[in-house]
Amino acid sequence: MDLIWYLIVSALIFCIGAGGVLTRRNPLVVLLCLELMLNAANLALVAFARAHGDMGGQIFALMVMVVAACEVAVGLGLVVAIYRRRLPIDVDELRELQG
Amino acid sequence: MAEVFFFLAAIGAIGGAAGTVMLRDAFYSVLALVTHLIFLAMLFLLLRAEFVAAAQVIVYAGAVMVLYVFVVGYVGGLEAGLAGRSGPALRVISVLFALVLFVELAIALIGTGLEALDSEGAPYVPGFGEPSRIGELFLTDYLVAFEVASLLLLVAAVGAVILARRRTGLADPREVSVTEFMKRDEVTKGEGETGTMIEAGGPRDI
Repeated sequence: MDLIWYLIVSALIFCIGAGGVLTRRNPLVVLLCLELMLNAANLALVAFARAHGDMGGQIFALMVMVVAACEVAVGLGLVVAIYRRRLPIDVDELRELQG
Repeated sequence: MAEVFFFLAAIGAIGGAAGTVMLRDAFYSVLALVTHLIFLAMLFLLLRAEFVAAAQVIVYAGAVMVLYVFVVGYVGGLEAGLAGRSGPALRVISVLFALVLFVELAIALIGTGLEALDSEGAPYVPGFGEPSRIGELFLTDYLVAFEVASLLLLVAAVGAVILARRRTGLADPREVSVTEFMKRDEVTKGEGETGTMIEAGGPRDI
């Protein structure tokens, strides 16, 4: 299978994730769509690692997984904190920090 | 044979991604993402990234998604209005933006001059993508990144605990803003007109 196909699948998943981040209002689902975008980047990185026969791309993909896990932990902590304070769980309503 | 597996995995991954974005219930979105991650691990296997695929299934589809399921279960069914999406105009613009982004990326990919992309990749070297090689690289060439990642995980874990901890000392969890509290009648009522120094001086009897 040519590697270009993997990259096209990666681009498609990235765009689906981007569309989800922009359209959904539930912060939990926005976080899920961010995961989709990060995973699409991972797929591209692994495909390029295969193209060059260099494992640096796979190491980078593992690093992206670490960062994604951190992002999920902090993001879900924020969602739980918002829920505890009885604030509306809606990214369109949470605009207190808007300039 | 690899083609069959590729199309199977690609369709599964794209379907899972679409399900994550489109399903109304956050719980089903999480489940769709789990299927997406498992099919993506299959794509990683086809690219000879065995360790990344294993880490994907164990760390992502296992640990991180369990965290998601717990939070969705804790936060609960959410209000019905939240299940929907933004207004129709914004939705159209967003979908248009995603489509334009995909067209742009596809043009960049198809028009690229990289010859390696029109092949199966570099010749396979035994040991490529195996855990032993990954571990060796992590402890030699990428040692700094490895250590920084451990520090980042520690900071994120502490931060998540602090963010989500139960606050004590406030009778009503809604009372989070001091200024809102000071503005209330029972705090500032009494002597003085509104706008006097007494009002600005803060609570009289708490």
